[in-house]
Amino acid sequence: MKISVERNVLLKAVGKAQSVVERRNTIPILANVLIEAEGSDVTFRATDLDIEVVDRAAAQVERAGATTVSATTLHEIIRKLPDGALVTLTADAAAGRLTVDAGRSNFSLATLPREDFPVMASSEYASNFAVPAPVLRRLFDKSKFAISTEETRYYLNGVYMHVADSDGGKVLRCVATDGHRLARIDAELPENSGDMPGVIVPRKTVGELRKLLDDDEAQIAVSVSETKVRFATQDITLTSKVIDGTFPDYTRVIPAGNTRKLEVDASDFAQAVDRVATVSSERSRAVKMQLDEDRLVLSVNAPDSGAAEEELAVAYGDEKLEIGFNAKYLLEIASQVDRENAVFLFNSSGDPTLMREGNDQSAVYVVMPMRV
Amino acid sequence: MPSLCRDCLSEFQNAPRCPTCRSPRIVTHDELFDLSIAHMDCDAFYASVEKRDNPELEGKPLIIGGGRRGVVSTACYIARIRGVRSAMPMFQALKLCPDAVIVPPRMQAYADVSRAIRAMMEDLTPAIEPLSLDEAFLDLTGTKRLHGAPPAVMMARLVKRMRDELGVTGSVGLSHNKFLAKVASDLEKPHGFSVIGKAETAEFLHDKPVRLIWGVGHAAQSALDSAGIRTFSDLLRWEQEDLTARFGSMGYRLWHLARGQDKRRVSRDEPMKSISHETTFGEDTSDPALLDGHIWRLSEKVADRAKAKDIAGRVVTLKLKRANHTTLTRRVSLREPTQMADTVYRTSRALFDQVGDEGPYRLIGCGLSDLCKADGADISGDLLDPEASQRSAAERATDQIRARFGNDAILKGRALR
Repeated sequence: MKISVERNVLLKAVGKAQSVVERRNTIPILANVLIEAEGSDVTFRATDLDIEVVDRAAAQVERAGATTVSATTLHEIIRKLPDGALVTLTADAAAGRLTVDAGRSNFSLATLPREDFPVMASSEYASNFAVPAPVLRRLFDKSKFAISTEETRYYLNGVYMHVADSDGGKVLRCVATDGHRLARIDAELPENSGDMPGVIVPRKTVGELRKLLDDDEAQIAVSVSETKVRFATQDITLTSKVIDGTFPDYTRVIPAGNTRKLEVDASDFAQAVDRVATVSSERSRAVKMQLDEDRLVLSVNAPDSGAAEEELAVAYGDEKLEIGFNAKYLLEIASQVDRENAVFLFNSSGDPTLMREGNDQSAVYVVMPMRV
Repeated sequence: MPSLCRDCLSEFQNAPRCPTCRSPRIVTHDELFDLSIAHMDCDAFYASVEKRDNPELEGKPLIIGGGRRGVVSTACYIARIRGVRSAMPMFQALKLCPDAVIVPPRMQAYADVSRAIRAMMEDLTPAIEPLSLDEAFLDLTGTKRLHGAPPAVMMARLVKRMRDELGVTGSVGLSHNKFLAKVASDLEKPHGFSVIGKAETAEFLHDKPVRLIWGVGHAAQSALDSAGIRTFSDLLRWEQEDLTARFGSMGYRLWHLARGQDKRRVSRDEPMKSISHETTFGEDTSDPALLDGHIWRLSEKVADRAKAKDIAGRVVTLKLKRANHTTLTRRVSLREPTQMADTVYRTSRALFDQVGDEGPYRLIGCGLSDLCKADGADISGDLLDPEASQRSAAERATDQIRARFGNDAILKGRALR
């Protein structure tokens, strides 16, 4: 194999692929990226056995072929090469080396045979559809903070992407929860996605997907089967296994009968929460909300370190209420609000509280209170 | 040289017998009245208590331990002469000493005696660090004027009181730090009184094996062996940096111990690091229902202790020992600390379900660690488990009932499995 590619093109392609490679590997080949050159294309393929990224770039292919080489080393070398350099990769199968030449720099890297590289078995997808990148970004960005890290409830370690019924008909929905807070984000149902099976997209895949979506406006081709999910742009394909488990019935978690309504400017609220939380210890940061006629008092009382209180003007017309929350959870859901006021709906101080943006039902958050 | 009679507690200079009571049981040492760190270790504690409570056992070899496949917990000195040792499997002990009387342990009785000994120690100093029911460090520094007698006399008085009032004997080690005090108490067992002074420390340690150090077990020993370290004099040849580089923090400690230096204080309030309970089955089992019952009972014991001490833990550990003695442990961090039996049980149970091992097992244990104060514990509910708050209210109510009417007043069905 012998190919030449411009440094920036190469950096982008290798960079996307190498990010799925686990830093610590027990299987040496998984630290490598598979380089395949054919026609006028080169592809870079990397995997951690659960996720596979294939990135394609245009290249001058002098001699077709394939080899594998350490993903991080190759990436580092290319990163350190000067902008605009033409990089030539030459594989010497007999010597088991890949040489990287650019200007006066040249490198010789150890390779492993391509036959050893685990390529994810291709599978039949039950559903194939296209979603604009901004829609996918919103679905995952607004839900991923609620993904659990708890190992015992592994089925919560991802975002549940599925087709759901909402008031206005069927929607494409992403739900994540860790048992303390929950995010439910809806988007318009893309064409041909109606029969998509519900899948739990693992945390790491969500992170990799986010890198792939960048700030593009492109259409993303989504394919879903019972066991795998694939997201593809023009050049990059991300294939991932999904979490083998049943996502709990979240619908009964979302309170429907909460009537006490608080409306507050989300950023004022978040800043106030952040300020009062400063005095409390790192571990249990409980913030108490005291609600009275158009008045909200946020307070933290940490016996060991101090106390803080702040008052906010809000819209609230119900009877008095005292309720406590983890400061971090409040901050996280408040930061999801960017256009209108945050609307909180309470029931009692022991029941889950619902939060949404204005009247927007397409993004709903639930948070469990703490005893204070 | 200053001397002390261990029977009548009189102080005198150099004599083969006590000039007052003619007892030969005397201690003589240059630094006898200057040293103040002591270690007291009861002699065959459980066995002594049993012999005290049951005069028929007098003069017979006695083994405390239990179960068909149990191990020797304690053997009296008569049984020890025949080669019976603690932690020896019972069948082996019986082979060595077929006429031994075997008595199952009565922990409550031992705890009572231990408490009485502790009360006697409290009379000497507040700086007591108990290591178990039957041994403790005492720091008597600065108590000479208070008691009107040096620490050596007070320690001799302590063991005399233990023998006279409680009927158990103990051995005392007196030195200038904890390490040497513990080594000393073991030199003359049973009913000994040994002193290691500052001046003789280097000479004393010189040819002693490093195994002497509390905490150097088989694994550490073989690591030290491969570095050619057997005795303290071998250790002295090493630079501090080299020892630390090779053995980490243990190396640092070894370097100091080799020079007879041990700066650890005698302190009673070593913060508790974990709470755990375990159970060894009469017969190996892999029956999930049976194991489930054990997980619940152990969780409840763990939670009871956490509640009693008003602490909570953030990490739940499940321990399983397979029939072939290999151990499996699984642990998980909780989102917030807990002291509820229900949470410990459910978490341990989830860990058990994920072990993916068929068993059979000979032992199961549950524990709680990463401990903290209880005020931040169990304060947030679980969206996906709406009944959790009811269960926790039920547990609090159960606790109150048990506090009033006894531990068995109310039980979960699964506790009976």
